[in-house]
Amino acid sequence: MNIQIRKFYYGDIPEETGGNSSSSNASNETGWPLWEVFIRSKQGLDHKHAGSLHAADAQMAIENARDVYTRRQEGVSIWVVESKHIHATNPDEAEMFYEPASDKVYRHPTFYDLPDEVKHM
Amino acid sequence: MSIHELEKIFQNKIDKEIKIEPKDWMPEAYRKTNIRQISQHAHSEIVGMLPEGNWISRAPSLKRKAILIAKVQDEAGHGLYLYSAAETLGSSREQMIDDLHSGKAKYSSIFNYPTLTWADMGAVGWLVDGAAILNQVMLCRTSYGPYARAMVRICKEESFHQRQGFESLLVLSKGTKEQRDMCQDAINRWWWPSLMMFGPKDSESTNSDQSIKWKIKRKTNDELRQQFVDMIAEQVKLLGMTLPDPHLKWNESRKHYDFGEINWDEFWNVVKGNGPCNKQRLEARVKAHEEGTWVREAALAYAVKKQSRTKAKVA
Amino acid sequence: MSQTINQTLQLADTCLILGQRNSEWCAHGPILEQDIAITNITLDLIGQARNFYQYAATLISKNENKNITEDTLAYLRTEREFKNFLICELPNGDWANTVLRQFFFSCFQLLLFEELEKNSDTQLAAIATKSLKEIKYHIKWSSEWVIRLGDGTEESNNRINNAVQQLWPYTGEFFMPADYEIISVSSLKEKWLQSIKDVFDEATLTIPQNIFMQSGGKDGVHTEHLGYVLSELQYLQRVYPGAEW
Repeated sequence: MNIQIRKFYYGDIPEETGGNSSSSNASNETGWPLWEVFIRSKQGLDHKHAGSLHAADAQMAIENARDVYTRRQEGVSIWVVESKHIHATNPDEAEMFYEPASDKVYRHPTFYDLPDEVKHM
Repeated sequence: MSIHELEKIFQNKIDKEIKIEPKDWMPEAYRKTNIRQISQHAHSEIVGMLPEGNWISRAPSLKRKAILIAKVQDEAGHGLYLYSAAETLGSSREQMIDDLHSGKAKYSSIFNYPTLTWADMGAVGWLVDGAAILNQVMLCRTSYGPYARAMVRICKEESFHQRQGFESLLVLSKGTKEQRDMCQDAINRWWWPSLMMFGPKDSESTNSDQSIKWKIKRKTNDELRQQFVDMIAEQVKLLGMTLPDPHLKWNESRKHYDFGEINWDEFWNVVKGNGPCNKQRLEARVKAHEEGTWVREAALAYAVKKQSRTKAKVA
Repeated sequence: MSQTINQTLQLADTCLILGQRNSEWCAHGPILEQDIAITNITLDLIGQARNFYQYAATLISKNENKNITEDTLAYLRTEREFKNFLICELPNGDWANTVLRQFFFSCFQLLLFEELEKNSDTQLAAIATKSLKEIKYHIKWSSEWVIRLGDGTEESNNRINNAVQQLWPYTGEFFMPADYEIISVSSLKEKWLQSIKDVFDEATLTIPQNIFMQSGGKDGVHTEHLGYVLSELQYLQRVYPGAEW
């Protein structure tokens, strides 16, 4: 039986197309590489993944992100990274990565019962 | 693990409303169906810019001009979000655009109808976007994560489109006789094509069952179409206009509006490429893409040069 | 009063006509991301035009005791009444032509609005201040494209060089004073040339020398293109006089 389990090495973009500037596919000769965009929606908050876009270089990626993802004042700061530079865990490894944390209940503050008289803790 | 077991785990997740993410195992057919549907959806946004873009230069006031430009621009954004979602499934944007241009990929047939008067801008916003939104709201809960996230973003932006469409018809409906006639005429021309947007009847639709099981689609074509008719049949009263269907009537026992039969012959003909504007829509997209080739090449060539210069400096 | 009105109309017409031209790219750009980018510039320009028209409309309404709106001014004036620069009404041509025109214009607009910002007319000064933020981005975007195309491929270099030849004769008009202008535009020329030169150097382009400059737009003497632009722009208002949209 032919079992296909795809393994991808970075981000959400399959390796064979991510950052397609180096692709040898003929139809991709003029294709701009793919970038991931992260936006800080207001001061004090983290940058959050907003989406992706194509751009020829980093400068253009930032400007495209501004034009595409902040048309309605969604941001005050932009990060971009070429998609091929994002490394990610593989779902096949999800169990060994994330399950071992599930029984460490003592890491959470609610694990500890304290008398109500104790304030500010 | 056998493919059978993988499929079982996959369907389990779907049943438990757990989203499928790009790197998760998925049946090839699920991947293909999503690529087809998301790219079709993206193409529809992009081709959909043309009938409305057609009136930007002639918008009747500066306010309307700005609104229309912003709206058509939003559609470019929506196309972009959707292409990005499809790219996570392993299909490059270039490939998808090639498929559109070669006629291999489809887009919503509604955009093969012409926009003949200014009132069409209102009718498209109200009816076409209205129909699209029903589909899109449903898709916010679709099972493929990136598609669902793109749809959430799109729905947030899209509600302005339908509102501005209705509002601009409302102004016409209170205007001069010529404006009221223009308004009614646009509704007459766009009503049936909007009903066709929901696709063939459930009894004729080939993809529906599996798509529902996989929760790519969450409502059937006929369910959505009925929802649309019920909504518009009420709204049209506020415009003091009518819908061009003598069979449209409230059915108290069904608690829904009954409506007449769609001209399916016209539907299939437009799908097959015989609509009034199929040819020119595709030609416009191909032209923009081809005339853009040297621009995209130049930007890439410059980026490469700049990078090698920076490297040379560091070395 | 009429001096301020004419000056305001000139600023409004210029932004509107360039916005109208740029809007032709919407749905036809070379790639989605740039389609969206130039359309943002279009929306900025139309926004600026509206601010100026609204101000002019207030002044004229007060002056002539009539009810004039932004749309009266944009939609019901004729070819000879429009005061925009000729460069704004020229057909878009290719992407090179479009980005170069934006670059020439935005660089001039920056210098002009920096002066306007200091003007005693507080309304004009306020519009200038608001617009300057937008203009700075337009310069950034357009200058980067000029450099990219100039230093990109052989084809893009040829195309942007052609654009320089086409457009340069229309840049002199920026600095030829019209009798209603409240800013001394001729004094902005040196600074403008310098900002062009900086970018041209990086783009491997050269500034043309001894070119005869076209003019007339400021006084309502236009190219043949403007009539067609206005025919489209004003069509509905002309066919249905007095209708509300």
